[in-house]
Amino acid sequence: MEDKILMGHYDVAVIGAGHAGCEAALAAARMGKKTIMFSINLEAVAMMPCNPSIGGTGKGHLVREIDALGGEMGINIDKAFIQTKMLNTAKGPAVHSLRAQADKHKYHTEMKKTIENTPNLDMKQCEIVDILVEDGKVCGVVTKLNSYYTADAVILATGTFLRGKIFVGSTVTSSGPNGLAPSNELADNLKKHGIPLRRFKTGTPARCLGSSLDYSKMTEQKGDEERVPFSFLNDELGENQASCWLTYTNEETHGVIRANFHRSALFGGQIEGIGPRYCPSIEDKVNRFADKKRHQLFVEPEGLDTDEMYIQGMSSSLPEDVQEAFYKTIPGLENLRITRPAYAIEYDCINPQDLKLSLENRFIENLFCAGQFNGSSGYEEAAAQGLMAGINAVLKISGKKPLILGRNEAYIGVLIDDLVTKGTNEPYRIMTSRCEYRLLLRQDNADLRLTEKSYQVGLASKERYERFLKKKEAVEKEVARLESKMVKPLEIEEFLEKHQTSQVQSSISLADLLRRPQITYKDLEEIDDETRPNLAYHAATQVEVQIKYDGYIKKQLQQIERFNKLEGKTLEEDLDYSKIEGLRIEAMQKLSQIKPGSIGQASRISGVSPADINVLLIYLEKQRRKAEDGKAN
Amino acid sequence: MEKTIAAIATSFGEGGISIIRISGDEAYEIVGKIFVPKSGKPLANRRMTYGKIVDPKTGESVDEVLAVYTKAPHTYTTEDVVEINCHGSVVSQRRILEVVLENGARLAEPGEFTKRAFLNGRLDLSQAEAVIDLIKAKSVKTFDVAMDQLEGRFSTEIKNIRKLILDILVNVTVNIDYPDEDIEQLTYENLEKNLYEVKEEIEKLLSTSDTGRIIKEGLNVAIIGKPNVGKSSLMNALLNEERAIVTDIAGTTRDTIEEMVNIRDIPVKLTDTAGIRDTQDVIEKIGIEKSKASFNSADLVIFVVDSSSPLDEEDDRIISLLEDRQVIVIYNKVDLAEKADLGYIQGKLTKATILKTSLTNNLKGLDQVKDKIVELVYGGKVKQEDSVLVTNVRHKNLLDEGLKSITDAIEMTKMHQALELIEIDINNSYELLGQIIGEAVAEDIINEVFSRFCLGK
Repeated sequence: MEDKILMGHYDVAVIGAGHAGCEAALAAARMGKKTIMFSINLEAVAMMPCNPSIGGTGKGHLVREIDALGGEMGINIDKAFIQTKMLNTAKGPAVHSLRAQADKHKYHTEMKKTIENTPNLDMKQCEIVDILVEDGKVCGVVTKLNSYYTADAVILATGTFLRGKIFVGSTVTSSGPNGLAPSNELADNLKKHGIPLRRFKTGTPARCLGSSLDYSKMTEQKGDEERVPFSFLNDELGENQASCWLTYTNEETHGVIRANFHRSALFGGQIEGIGPRYCPSIEDKVNRFADKKRHQLFVEPEGLDTDEMYIQGMSSSLPEDVQEAFYKTIPGLENLRITRPAYAIEYDCINPQDLKLSLENRFIENLFCAGQFNGSSGYEEAAAQGLMAGINAVLKISGKKPLILGRNEAYIGVLIDDLVTKGTNEPYRIMTSRCEYRLLLRQDNADLRLTEKSYQVGLASKERYERFLKKKEAVEKEVARLESKMVKPLEIEEFLEKHQTSQVQSSISLADLLRRPQITYKDLEEIDDETRPNLAYHAATQVEVQIKYDGYIKKQLQQIERFNKLEGKTLEEDLDYSKIEGLRIEAMQKLSQIKPGSIGQASRISGVSPADINVLLIYLEKQRRKAEDGKAN
Repeated sequence: MEKTIAAIATSFGEGGISIIRISGDEAYEIVGKIFVPKSGKPLANRRMTYGKIVDPKTGESVDEVLAVYTKAPHTYTTEDVVEINCHGSVVSQRRILEVVLENGARLAEPGEFTKRAFLNGRLDLSQAEAVIDLIKAKSVKTFDVAMDQLEGRFSTEIKNIRKLILDILVNVTVNIDYPDEDIEQLTYENLEKNLYEVKEEIEKLLSTSDTGRIIKEGLNVAIIGKPNVGKSSLMNALLNEERAIVTDIAGTTRDTIEEMVNIRDIPVKLTDTAGIRDTQDVIEKIGIEKSKASFNSADLVIFVVDSSSPLDEEDDRIISLLEDRQVIVIYNKVDLAEKADLGYIQGKLTKATILKTSLTNNLKGLDQVKDKIVELVYGGKVKQEDSVLVTNVRHKNLLDEGLKSITDAIEMTKMHQALELIEIDINNSYELLGQIIGEAVAEDIINEVFSRFCLGK
């Protein structure tokens, strides 16, 4: 270190300024810690190098939870949105998912502004090439500029920059996303510190000029009339500003792609990284689903201050000429002018099983990890981890217990438990079906589930907390009112007929009416009286869902109780699994590696069978009896 | 590492030969210390070798034996296994086991070989349970059913049903998680149709459970009738031995007598009951109470009537207890003059099968009784040798619960409830059926979603 210059000391240093890095840095600074966030290029702060949207199924839930916990993503997208849509409205509220198209540039500038204005937070354009480790504990970072910073905790959020490599056909370039410089030295040094790395891959489609497209051949996709904000701090949003467009590939497109399979980096064998199944390139789709006659694609605006459009559904690593050829076979895209060709990107990441549930690295103390570096995919997944890594880094250096969200408490809990406990063989994406208790973990009640927790660890602002308390009270009051407010059969005869639901014989409560699938909370206004409060969007939704799904929610609460039984059976961290008779070798190895905190967590480790869990339960029972015998003597 | 275990694998007691089984990593080494092969060559995999067991401590020869070494993992426990076939005397078995234990093995707990086979993943849960059934098999038929389960036919059946459920779940999941994708929308009509398919399959399997239970646990048959009408004779005829005390003094059978007997390969638990007459005798009164209890729990009641004496109050009392029940009426002693009113019985017991017999003298009609029992077990159908039977109570309960979940899902589908609510019930049944074969849900659904649908940006 003698030859390097000490540039300062921070409580928390964050490497990376993407969606994970921003949330981590903001959380740490807001919790009162002196924080610095590094990025190779500050133009990359909260950059959206792939799709121009935030949210969607499962992901929308994450954004709401991030918001409820005092994160920034929800607030920022509410500022930068140009169109919003609630997905799955034909289904029940548990799987309603909000998605907003973003003005990418605005998303970046708004987030940057927030960071610039946050006390305790510094931001620096500077490549970090190494971390400083002493006695197994991280203590700083080394810059490319021959200087270093000391820090009590470091958060790694390197996204796809780490030894990034971009593939277009046979052309391979060492590069970060969107033409930014990659981070190569850091990867080598992390390995030297004993952090094993592996390769993952993802891709992005081409961008083209909107003026070169013929929208008359596509189907317009407008935003919702009723625009719903992501953040619980906002009750309403401005107007939709733009549309998306739907069109389809055809046999001709597939023909061009097939004829050029051999020129794809994907099939050429240059790419060693594993790509996600849910985000296949178009050549992958054509190859794997050969009998599918067409694939849909959405043309989405990149922002309001640009004519560039994103071609969703068409990522590719085919050469530029082939890309142009096949894009032009698509109705509406015949004359397209590509501004940025599609590419595949490969990068270094860790096996998340090397992390604790707090997102602290198992090998190096006070080193926290978040985002794509942990093997996930998606802005929202990254932001969620960044937030939790930020919170837990602060708690750790303050000598406090980490904040760990259970699978029964949050999608974030499911996300992190899946990553850390089960690991992943591909970039991990959240899905509502990964969540066992999705009836309870809705996007509409994220604040009721999480804001209190965040307030207690010192992140959620007083303003947010008070809003939450007020909403909670308003909801409870209104639910009680609807339960007790009775209406007579004659008063509602017309109303019931209008909404095509059966007549009643005797008086019925408004709550019971609301339980009928045909009737919404809004509908009740027609027969309600002046005692009906004027509830804001988030509270009204809450009232509706709580009453409508009461019975199912109770069912799920019982499931959670059963779940908690296994989660409550704790396993000591220093338990020697090789001493437990009856465990299969694979199970023994996996358990020793992951060191689950409970039987519940152990049961989710792949390679640990129900039989192994029985062995563990028997072992615990034996230990318990031994302990009791000990006491008796 | 698990310790090597050993036990006498054949049933305890005197026999022609006996087998000592040793399983575990050290099995080969342990036997190497105590087995002296005649040929001088060491034990080879899967070859029976002749030699002697010699106690290395004393150098004393214990017994002449045949030993077989089977190498892991292709053994019952998937561990190294050595089996020593020795003479069947109790002394010989015990001495060999002792020597084995002294040289490093631990005595196996009951069922531990099977437990290891299960824990090592060679048997799934239903197969492991089948082994326990095999060991306890009461008749040839039970043995066959257990054998079927061991071979995994029952598991296969469960897996097939789970596959149907998985197909549905995958469709539901993809519809929920990918609302924007170009995939076929799942209609309530289709969902209902698919759920019905699952329901039928579970019901089909469940319908075998009565037969299955009977085959495993035995058919409960209660024999009832007034004293001295020939109940004990019937029982003895079925048992082929004089077990009950047969005299012509009414009230000889003072207590219920239970016997197990195999009738055409079906295990039958016969209960010979005391009559149900008005009596002052305290002991006999207790017997009568027991009679009532035992025929209340019976799968089948055989009501024996003396055709040579008129029906009386006591017969009437029995008849009134038997209305609406599965009954075989044995119209006994038909070689004597007929005095009992058969028409009256037929009028009262409409579901009864009436057989005319003369059991004391020539066992006339006994075959008919046996035929009737077989017919009842197989529900009047020709017995299907190939059908898979549900024989285990745990399995039946899980199937019942699984069926309930599917039925709930169908109801909700009919009401056009939200898909994610219906999914809870479907998923529930998938998990319940998984518990039968000890399989967890894990990542099944998500993996299928991605292998079947073309999704993503």
